[in-house]
Amino acid sequence: MTTKFIGKRVKRNEDPRLLTGQAQFVDDVEIPGMLHAAFLRSDYAHARLLSIDVSEARKRAGVVAVFTAEDMGDDWQPGPPLVSPPPTVKDVIFHSRRQVPLVKDKVRHAGEAIAVVIAESRYIAEDAVEDILVEFEPLEAVIDLEKGLEAGSPLVHDDLESNLAAHLFQKKGDYEAAREKADLVIARRIVVDRGAAAAMENRGIVTDWDKKSQHLTVWDTTQAPIPIRNGLVARLGLSEHKVRVIAPFIGGGFGPKMMMFYPEEMLIPWVSMKLNRPIKWIEDRRENFYATTQERGQIHDVEIALSKDGHILGLKDIFLHDTGAYDPYGLTTPLNTQCHVMGPYDIKNFTSEVSVVFTNKTLVTPVRGAGRPQGIYIIERLLDIAARELGIDLIAIRKRNLIPPDAFPYEHEIIDQAFAPLVLDSGNYWPVMEKALEMVGYDQFIEYEQPRLRAEGKYVGIGVIPFLESTGVGPYEGARVTVEASGKINVATGIGTQGQGHFTSFAQIVAEQLGVAVCDVRIVTGDTAEFHWGTGTFASRGAVVAGNAIHASASIVRQKVLKLASKILKTPEEELELEDGLVRVIDIPHKSISLGELALLANPLRGAVQPGTEPGLEATAYFGPQYGATAFGTHAMILEIDPETMMLEIKRYITVEDCGTVLNPLILEGQIHGGVSMGIGNAYYEKLHFDENGQLLNASFADYLIPSATELPRIEVGHVETQSPLNELGAKGVGEAGTLPVPALFAQAIENALNNRDLEILETPLSPNRLYELLRPNEEKSR
Amino acid sequence: MTLPESDKQPVRLRVNGESIERVIPADRTLLLFLRDDLGMTGTKCGCEIGECGACTVLLDGNPVCSCLVLVVAVDGADVLTVESLADGDNLTDLQEAFLDHDAVHCGFCTPGLLMSAEFLLQRNPEPTELEIRTAISGNLCRCTGYVQIVEAIQDAAARRRAKAP
Repeated sequence: MTTKFIGKRVKRNEDPRLLTGQAQFVDDVEIPGMLHAAFLRSDYAHARLLSIDVSEARKRAGVVAVFTAEDMGDDWQPGPPLVSPPPTVKDVIFHSRRQVPLVKDKVRHAGEAIAVVIAESRYIAEDAVEDILVEFEPLEAVIDLEKGLEAGSPLVHDDLESNLAAHLFQKKGDYEAAREKADLVIARRIVVDRGAAAAMENRGIVTDWDKKSQHLTVWDTTQAPIPIRNGLVARLGLSEHKVRVIAPFIGGGFGPKMMMFYPEEMLIPWVSMKLNRPIKWIEDRRENFYATTQERGQIHDVEIALSKDGHILGLKDIFLHDTGAYDPYGLTTPLNTQCHVMGPYDIKNFTSEVSVVFTNKTLVTPVRGAGRPQGIYIIERLLDIAARELGIDLIAIRKRNLIPPDAFPYEHEIIDQAFAPLVLDSGNYWPVMEKALEMVGYDQFIEYEQPRLRAEGKYVGIGVIPFLESTGVGPYEGARVTVEASGKINVATGIGTQGQGHFTSFAQIVAEQLGVAVCDVRIVTGDTAEFHWGTGTFASRGAVVAGNAIHASASIVRQKVLKLASKILKTPEEELELEDGLVRVIDIPHKSISLGELALLANPLRGAVQPGTEPGLEATAYFGPQYGATAFGTHAMILEIDPETMMLEIKRYITVEDCGTVLNPLILEGQIHGGVSMGIGNAYYEKLHFDENGQLLNASFADYLIPSATELPRIEVGHVETQSPLNELGAKGVGEAGTLPVPALFAQAIENALNNRDLEILETPLSPNRLYELLRPNEEKSR
Repeated sequence: MTLPESDKQPVRLRVNGESIERVIPADRTLLLFLRDDLGMTGTKCGCEIGECGACTVLLDGNPVCSCLVLVVAVDGADVLTVESLADGDNLTDLQEAFLDHDAVHCGFCTPGLLMSAEFLLQRNPEPTELEIRTAISGNLCRCTGYVQIVEAIQDAAARRRAKAP
């Protein structure tokens, strides 16, 4: 396909506003008469709430109101189940326990909100929070996943028999039979711990209730404004057109800003209506560490069966998944893990059993990667161990097991987050891996450079990890494309945007159809007043699902434009072209009419129209894929470790991605860089340390180390394109891809660099300290 | 705790070249003064404790986290924010370079990064990659991995050198 705009390195339409400080974020919304909210949050992770006295807080000058759970009366309700019902897997157990707007009887994680103060300023509100007296009965906290399931463990939810939130078993083939035939069976325990999304913008919400018109406007740092609008409508008893949710510029999402229905999202609009005043609440960084959702905590007991030539005969994975204090997001994350633990490999026999555990920790919902990095980590660690045991090259064992190109569409059989058996739509995996090997200079490094550097006493290592990513899941998104009388194009879609460049990549899709400049396409995302059907931005689905809805709408508008222009220019449609904002006769370029003039003609003020005529040059269309598109990629890295400090320097970092059609390479590369940087944090710098009481010990950027510019390398990006047959653009998602293989890549490259046969890394995140600890017993042993 | 009204103090600053006189509480930080009192919301609040760099402004020419500066303590100072950079729609060479290299993603850290980079380029017209990375190491960004930001600053430095007499 020859394209004019799609696939080009188009600069972003939205950047001038962002570069000059003119872009509006939620905290930039200012409304006359606006009040400010601050929350009293629990210091305990698990405690009974015995009494609460807000009388002093209410007396403080400048305080307008203080609300506790009791003050909410019948309006106190837990949040809605977000991803429900649980999948239709046989014998699934799922206990839905949702977060509450304010704690009523029992605190279930440190940072859970107990009361909200509304005051003339945030300063006053925070002071008044200190005035509130609470009496707690501290309870033993459930922190460890295994202990949490033991008989006699304290219970996070007293009405349940245990802390088991869900149990899910999936299989294909016959693992036990495969195991019987195996030459080698490797069994290991592999542990993945929690990290934070740590968007630079904390969460926030501003609400404006207009009592006279009975209209509520909500500015919310959400990735999914439409589900939030729908939820508020249901809670507050308002009509859909009386609630407008706006997700303006959002300072990074990464999952936790999804349609969570956070306590604050339920509460602040309610308070605004109660007090008939605009209210602003902006989360502070400490609150973000305690009250914004997190992810990745899992413990896997896993077994892989192989033939002696390294073919995987089967895989069995029994794992625990930490869901925190509540489970509003259902089983999305552990399902993703189950679907990715086979990696990009053709594994015929598979058994997976997950037990989801309630703990007295912050809630778990998807964070960029969403259960997939855990799956990739498990299978890639096992393959590294298997290769070592079998004496097979690390690359060869992977090549041998990759799903072959003629196997697509590949029936993966395991039910994924879309609640249907996953089908891998398309792919050609080995060329991607091969390109990464070429780019990193794998053979050259192994044969010449590494021996030379090792001889100089340097601890240099290489890693190569392939991965797949299920992306672009349904159900659907929609868009409305309108040619305005100015000749500019207005596009509205329902998803939110948090820095992915939608204002540009979506504009390119429309420009391609309508022959206008990309800068003449105005995109509106995340405003329910402009478009009110859709779900949101998550699961690497924006470009695939919303992108194709926009493509479909623009295609219809193109047909309308051609039909009308054909009549006006008295020329058959096939002899017309759309270029430079004009419809031209191909062979007679001066015979033309502008899109703006056509838009005016399509909206006549007088005269009669044909029956059935729709006014304007406008179309609304929807796209819902049959199933998600599956992307593939390979990362390769060369690193050097300082054996004294365990600090490491990344010498080369290569990614090769196959995400189908590339809409804008400039934006794509940026997305990959960002994913890799979060992956590097996940792998070697970032770990949330909860103590045995459920206290988060590193709730600040001084202690929780997200990578800065001095830790991160240059990242080289290569592309291979296998278009998805599931959508007209041929696109697959890529937003989360960068994070997926990084922890596995670090483990492999570190083992390679240290060349210590006693070192077997079976956990992530690592850190210099942790690596030192892992090596120490080995040194003692060797003495 | 909130200070009583009697603790308000008069201050005079130059903000983006304009003289500003206000009577403000002694506990007002420069960040909130800019955002709430002056309505200049380009400068962002990411942590309020000097760890993320989103609120970086130039104070008497030096980059500071404006969340850590009490306005009364810098009475008479000269403050430059992201709003000082472009001249209407005309972006500076640094902003243009950010645009050309896709160095902006969500844009929340961008205003602070631009101020740190501007400071670097004024002091060091030919910075090495390491010098650039060190100069922006106090500005956390979660979206970009810094790759395109570093490229943009290198490019901006080159553009300035090309223009220099």
